[in-house]
This record gives sequence, structure tokens and C-alpha cells, in this order.
Amino acid sequence: MAEITLKGLAHAYTKTPTGAADYAIRHMDHVWHQGGAYALLGPSGCGKSTLLNIISGLLEPSDGDVLFDGHRVNELPPEERNIAQVFQFPVIYDTMTVFDNLAFPLRNMNTPEYRVKPKVLEVADILELTPLLWRKAKNLTADEKQKVSMGRGLVRDDVTAILFDEPLTVIDPQLKWKLRRKLKEIHERFNITMIYVTHDQLEASTFADKIAVMYEGQVVQFGTPRELFERPAHTFVGYFIGSPGMNFMAVEYRAEQVMFGAQPLPVTEQLKRDVAGATSTNIKLGIRPEFITISTSSMADSVPIQIVSVQDLGTYSLLTFKLNEQTFKARLPEGHPPVSEQAYAHFEHAKVALYIDEYLVEIGHE
Amino acid sequence: MNNKVPNNRAWLLVLPMLVLVAFSAVIPLMTVVNYSVQDVLGPNARFFTGTEWFQSILNNSALQAAFLRQISFSLIILAIQIPLGIGIALIMPKRGWQASAVLILITLPLLIPWNVVGSIWQIFTRGDIGLMGWSLRELGINYNITRNAGDAWATIILMDVWHWTPLVAMLCYSGLRSIPEAYYQAARIDRASKWAVFRYIQLPKLTNVLVIAVLLRFMHSFMIYAEPFVLTGGGPGSSTTFLSQSLATMAIGQQDLGPSAAFSLIYFLVILLVSWVFYTTIMNMQKDKPPHGGA
Repeated sequence: MAEITLKGLAHAYTKTPTGAADYAIRHMDHVWHQGGAYALLGPSGCGKSTLLNIISGLLEPSDGDVLFDGHRVNELPPEERNIAQVFQFPVIYDTMTVFDNLAFPLRNMNTPEYRVKPKVLEVADILELTPLLWRKAKNLTADEKQKVSMGRGLVRDDVTAILFDEPLTVIDPQLKWKLRRKLKEIHERFNITMIYVTHDQLEASTFADKIAVMYEGQVVQFGTPRELFERPAHTFVGYFIGSPGMNFMAVEYRAEQVMFGAQPLPVTEQLKRDVAGATSTNIKLGIRPEFITISTSSMADSVPIQIVSVQDLGTYSLLTFKLNEQTFKARLPEGHPPVSEQAYAHFEHAKVALYIDEYLVEIGHE
Repeated sequence: MNNKVPNNRAWLLVLPMLVLVAFSAVIPLMTVVNYSVQDVLGPNARFFTGTEWFQSILNNSALQAAFLRQISFSLIILAIQIPLGIGIALIMPKRGWQASAVLILITLPLLIPWNVVGSIWQIFTRGDIGLMGWSLRELGINYNITRNAGDAWATIILMDVWHWTPLVAMLCYSGLRSIPEAYYQAARIDRASKWAVFRYIQLPKLTNVLVIAVLLRFMHSFMIYAEPFVLTGGGPGSSTTFLSQSLATMAIGQQDLGPSAAFSLIYFLVILLVSWVFYTTIMNMQKDKPPHGGA
């Protein structure tokens, strides 16, 4: 059983970091609870693999502590932490059979053979590897290999956490879905903490109960997929989650109006007050493409826009339009009446989010 | 999808390759075959001899002895150079200037011409002016490669190990560098011992370069000529006379073109056969062996 706590964690690959840019991980406090299914989501180079390697012990953090159940494990090598890790490319022992591959971690711990066999057979059964047990691992397909490397983590009784580093990168799309479901099944069955690193939001939200979104070496939001979608805590989350991402407008308070360039925006009184009261000049309003209504005639609280293009994506259409020389995206439901070049957009008031210095501010919180 | 048009003129495209192979392999080889079945006495006097030369070569006891020496030599140097090469590759620095420095140092013997290697060792082992010969003598060890066959053998093997182990080491080094870091990380998480990492990760990943190393070293050592010729001249007696030297004596020294042609062909076939058997065996080892029928 393990609760993994990161306390004031930071990591730099250079020995003498001079500025924030030298840090792959910037000051981070975070708790992964026992038995959770977590995803670590972020773009390439945001530090998610670094973080994973610090948790597994392949890297020692330059600052801060990694605690397993309250015990500091910074200096413990991976073999002394009760974790398993699945890598981006399947790691298998070429010359061994699938059975020997699965038995390898147990045999390394001098487990008696009569206990190795039932355990390996059990895990092989769960992963549907039983028919392949006597094949040489070298000749398996990529997804079978990845299942074998996963299986090596599952055979050990002492494993309390499995870390996945983009494990489905080399797997065919139709098998990805199957493997992801398998992972979920394993998670429910074994009560193991799972941390899944990915840059694919769909993968993250189907696998994890809670997602940590990383950006420039920091976790900018930790929440359920729904929270990430509905209340992005940081402009990056808004932009990164959702397809397409959130639309942002840099606004200012001028002449008792919330102005987006030359365009006054129809907003609630509360929002107007918050924009007016902001001390920073970095003020942004965010609206998801799902919450923009388009009509051909002017209605209350709408702004005139120029349609650029409409893309039919099957179940919905994606509308690209321009407002104040900036490109916006809006989702039109199926069967939406056709729109002409001149149209009007209405932003659903309750869904407009306010960001000051890139972070979400609750509207009317005073 | 089958929209290929049969056109026999396409054979013309093979022609340049055919000409090249003819000049590089077929024509020279056929000349040898030609000599091996004839007794050439003069430009207009030649007799067909059939397999006579082959029989006499195979029954020649001096050549049989040389053949056994040759096989022993190849086996001994393979048994030393392959493990030693792997060992050196394993302890070589992995990155930084040290890696480059070691690589250059280790490559030096490979850059020396073969007969120069022989000369270097010939002088090195001399009792009067050679560093090794002199030191051994001063230590009271009776070492003399011109009189003692054991000393001559030991020196030739040592020379070959010095000259060629770097090649094996370099091949293995490149093989080791191509193993992704994740394999070592996974092995640590699986709590594999150092030996297990070597046995189940490094050695399997080295198989391909090792096949090349063994084949190269076998062919090289089986044809070794210049180095022992310069160092010992095949002596003392004929104790270090290897096949190539016997062949050179027969073909160039005695101008016995018929027998030496037959000899060359047998020599060539032996190398071909051994290499083929070795390669096929290794490649078969990597295949799946379905224990209960069906794969």
C-alpha cells in the first residue's frame, strides 16, 4: 500500500541551474492516493516523463522529497521501491519465452518455483497471454510485447504502484482501445495505484479518475476530466483540453465596458466588476467552442462576426470565425441551419471564464 | 494490383552486375578450377587429370597436419578474442572524451599493416634487443620462438589477440551502445542482477554483431599469412606452418599450379562450409521452437 507524496519537488538536469528555464520540474507539491487511477497529461517536454522517473527512482530529484507512505525514498533505487514501470517502447527479454519473461522478476527475488508458476499463469490469464506462454517473446507483436512488460509488473505481490510512460505509443489504434480497457480492468481488480503519462487527452480521460495537467514543469490543474473541461484552472488547460480548445480573448476595462479590442463584449455585471477591479493587465476571457451560439440575425447580447469556414466533422460542424481579427472556433450541433458570411455570436454567460495572469478567477467571488 | 508487363529486355538491367561479378569472382575462380583438373606442362602440352590433384592434396600428410594446426589456431583465437572483446566493450567508457580517447587507443593495432605487425613482434620477442624477449630472459625464463614450438605458438596467438581483439571490442561496443536505456531501467525495476542484465539483455542484443565478429575473425584467422610468416617463417620445423603458407610455397615456390589450384578450391570450400554451418545454426537458434506442434 502506498500513498505517494511529492513535497517541494524540483528537478534540473544541469548541475548548477541558473533560472527557472533550467528546471524540468518546478516546485511541486502533490499527493497520489493509494489505489487511484491517475493520468499525467501534458505536451512533449513539459516534464511528465521526468516526474515519472523521479517517482520510480530512476532519477534523483535535485530538490524536495518523494515520500512513500510518509517515508522519504529519494535515495532508494527503483529495485527497492515497490513500483513497476511500463515504458513507451515495450521492453521484453528477447531470448526468453513469455512465461520466463513474466517469471523473471519473481525469480530475481528467489521466489520458489512452485509459487512462480501459479502467479504467472494467473497474470497470463488476465492479460490473455496464455496461448502465447511458450512462444519466444522476441517474435510477438508490439501490443503483445507491451502486455508482457505490463505483466512483469503485475506478477510481483509487493507492487503497489505501476507507472506507465506513454505505453500505447506503438500500438495500433484499434488495439489501443482494448488495451486501455484491460488496464482499467486490472486497476479495478488489483487496487494498485496507477499513474499514466500521456499527451493524449482522450487516453487520459478514458483511463484516469483524476488527471494532473502539466505545463512547463508544474501541475497546473489536478481534477476529474469533467472539471478540466468545465473549469480549466489555467489558460493552458483550457487550450489543451477539449477539441478544439478554449477560445481566449485578451480584454481590458475601458469606458465602463469590457473591451475586446474595439469590440465591447456583452458580459454580466459581476464579470464587468471583476475585470474593472483587476490589478493585472493580463486579463483574458475564455469560452469553450461548445458554448458559442451562432445566428444569422442579431439577438440580445451578441456580437457581429465574420465566418471563415465551416468544417463538417460528422456528428457536429466546426465553425471558424473572426472577431476583432482573431480566429475563434465554435461547435455547431448537427442540423444547424447554414450560416452566411455575416453572422452573430452569443457567448453563454455562465460559461465565460475569467483568467487573470493565466489563472482562473472565480467570478463575483467577493 | 498486378499490372506488371512481362518484358524480357529487363534482363539487360542485370547485365552490368553480371559483368562485375564475372570479373570479380567467376572468371578468377574458373581459372583456378581450370588448373585444378589439368596438368599443365607447357603452352601446348596439357593433360586432363580429373580428380587426381584433389586426391593427392587430401592425402598429403603435411597438409593434413597444417590443416589441423589451422583449425586449432582459429578455435584458440576465437575462444580468447570473442570473450575478451565483449569484456573490453563492457568496461569501455560510455560517453565523454574518455570514450573517444579509449576508442582511438583501441583502434591503433587495427591500423598497422599485417607484415609490419609481424616485424614489430619479431623484434619485440628477440632475446637480445626485443623488450619482451629480453625481459623474459632476464627473468630467467627460457623463451625462444625460433627453437621452442610452444613459445612460437604462444607468441603468434598473443600477437593475433593484440592485433584483432580491438575489432571484436569495437563491434561489441557499437552493439552495446544501440541498446535503449529503457532496457536497463526495466531490468533495475525487475531487480535483475548484473549477470542477468548481461545474460538476458546485453548478450541477446549483441547476437548480430557477434555473428559478424565470429565470421570475420574465423575467415581472417583461417587465412592468416603475413604475420606468422614474418614472425616465425612457419618454424621451428613446420610447427607454425599454416595452410596459406603451405599454399604459397606450393604455388609460387614450386610452381605446382595443378595441385595448388586443387588446394585453393578445397581451402575455399572449407571456409565457405564452416561459415555457412555457423551462420545457419545461429539463425536457427533464434527461431521459435513450438513444443507441441503448431506455432
